[in-house]
Amino acid sequence: MTTSKSEQPAIEGWFEGSGGKAYLLGSRCKSCGAVSFPPETFYCKNPACSGSDFEHTPLSTRGKLWSFTNSCYKPPAPYVAGDPFVPYIVAAVELEKEKMVVLGQVVPGVAIEELRVGMEMSLVSAELFSDEDSSYTIWKWQPAGAVQEN
Amino acid sequence: MASEVAILGVGMHPWGKWGKSFVEYGVKAARQALADAGLELKDIQFISGGDTIRNGYPGFVAGATFAQALGWTGVRVASSYGACASGTQAINAARTQILAGLCDVALVVGADAAPKGFFAPVGGDRPDDPDWQRFRLVGATNPIYFGLYARRRMDVYGATESDFARVKVKNARHGLNNPNARYRKEVSEEEVLASPMVSDPLRLLEICATSDGGAALVLSSMDFARKHCSDPIKIAGISTITPNYPSTVIEMPNLSTDSAAVVDAPEVGFRDSIAAAAYEEAGMGPEDMSLAEVYDLSSALELDWYENIGLCAAGDAEKLLRDGDTAVGGRIPVNPSGGLSCFGEAIPAQAIAQVCELTWQLQSSATGRQVEGATAGVSANQGLFGHGSSVVVKR
Ligand SMILES: [Zn+2]
Repeated sequence: MTTSKSEQPAIEGWFEGSGGKAYLLGSRCKSCGAVSFPPETFYCKNPACSGSDFEHTPLSTRGKLWSFTNSCYKPPAPYVAGDPFVPYIVAAVELEKEKMVVLGQVVPGVAIEELRVGMEMSLVSAELFSDEDSSYTIWKWQPAGAVQEN
Repeated sequence: MASEVAILGVGMHPWGKWGKSFVEYGVKAARQALADAGLELKDIQFISGGDTIRNGYPGFVAGATFAQALGWTGVRVASSYGACASGTQAINAARTQILAGLCDVALVVGADAAPKGFFAPVGGDRPDDPDWQRFRLVGATNPIYFGLYARRRMDVYGATESDFARVKVKNARHGLNNPNARYRKEVSEEEVLASPMVSDPLRLLEICATSDGGAALVLSSMDFARKHCSDPIKIAGISTITPNYPSTVIEMPNLSTDSAAVVDAPEVGFRDSIAAAAYEEAGMGPEDMSLAEVYDLSSALELDWYENIGLCAAGDAEKLLRDGDTAVGGRIPVNPSGGLSCFGEAIPAQAIAQVCELTWQLQSSATGRQVEGATAGVSANQGLFGHGSSVVVKR
């Protein structure tokens, strides 16, 4: 475990999470109610709306698997790959309430054969990479039936 | 139709890894297109360049760079960038000049010199750049997106790895006799399925490489063309559309789609609307096409395009392929050039190369891969950041 290292998000303001649990931080337009992720900060993307005021809104932490794949080869920078490189799965999950698809890695330990389009997935916070001092966290997907390892 | 322009000449520098400057590839293609048109550089009133992203200043500011390398003539220039759709943007810029009556004859050039391996984002720490975000935070390489689309076909439509492999087999066969193709080697389904997995279910032989290459067109007004030659091939429609909000299919380089919770998703999704816009300009439909050149960044993606450009209903692409309809000799051959599968991608040149192939096919000069009696064809592709791209060419 990485308890001696300080945990920090790999990107600021996109998600909240600690101790495994996580939720994505979207924005909601105060004029039309449209939700965006990553959070909007300037202008509403709805072409029928001239809104520019947003509030942060936590997004659903569950959704249905839209599709999935993996990376068998090490991607180029700015991805920070472990040494040796460990292949990872990427899931596209459709949040039911928000009706939007969000990509994320799948937590390690899930085999690609376990996944099926349409299955229920849930969001967790997990390490993306670490350096000497810090563990950088990100949101990841896992099958909703699975028990979170700690 | 008033919106048509003539294709007077086409030219290409063969695709490959040649280790030279993109300028050289572009100039070779341009000179070939001029010769094909029977025109000289002094006849060209406008040069439209497709930009490469690999040279600091956007593509060394492509239009002017090609103008200088061909020899300054004081010609007016423009430069376009639309990722994989750059070529179509450049063609459209030239067409617009011609249709507006600002010039009679224009030269369109796109060329690229590509590095090895994965497409990688520009260097440096740039947390505001969606390209940085997708690589850094999720490791979402281009093959990741291709893998997502492929897997969805399998789980939703029952596509198999064998279907995907057969797209590669077909395109490899098509490209065998194309002198401009980089890979000219027949492959078997077994060889495809034995190649290493890159992004499940897609294997190394099913994902397009990056290549060096150059392509060029000489375009003119129909009036100029009629004086110059008897029966030119014509561009009848061009699509450079972007999505309608909310766009609900995950697209490179995004990590998410728009939300369809407040505003309903449009009836026709982005990819289905790309070729439709070109058909509409041309006053034609998919039933009028003799062939298509589509962007097979992966084998499975070619099957998506069959549906997106209206060759069949959603979910029927595998049947079209299995029935041999999309092979040369079939009902509606797709990628008779061999496609990206045999070329690899030379980004700003590729959409121009698609139009070169359509032109050769309609001139019945596509030796070794000719679609018999071809009268019209459509190209389709899509560039990062929401660039639709499609061209309808007819006799
Ligand atoms: Zn709004």
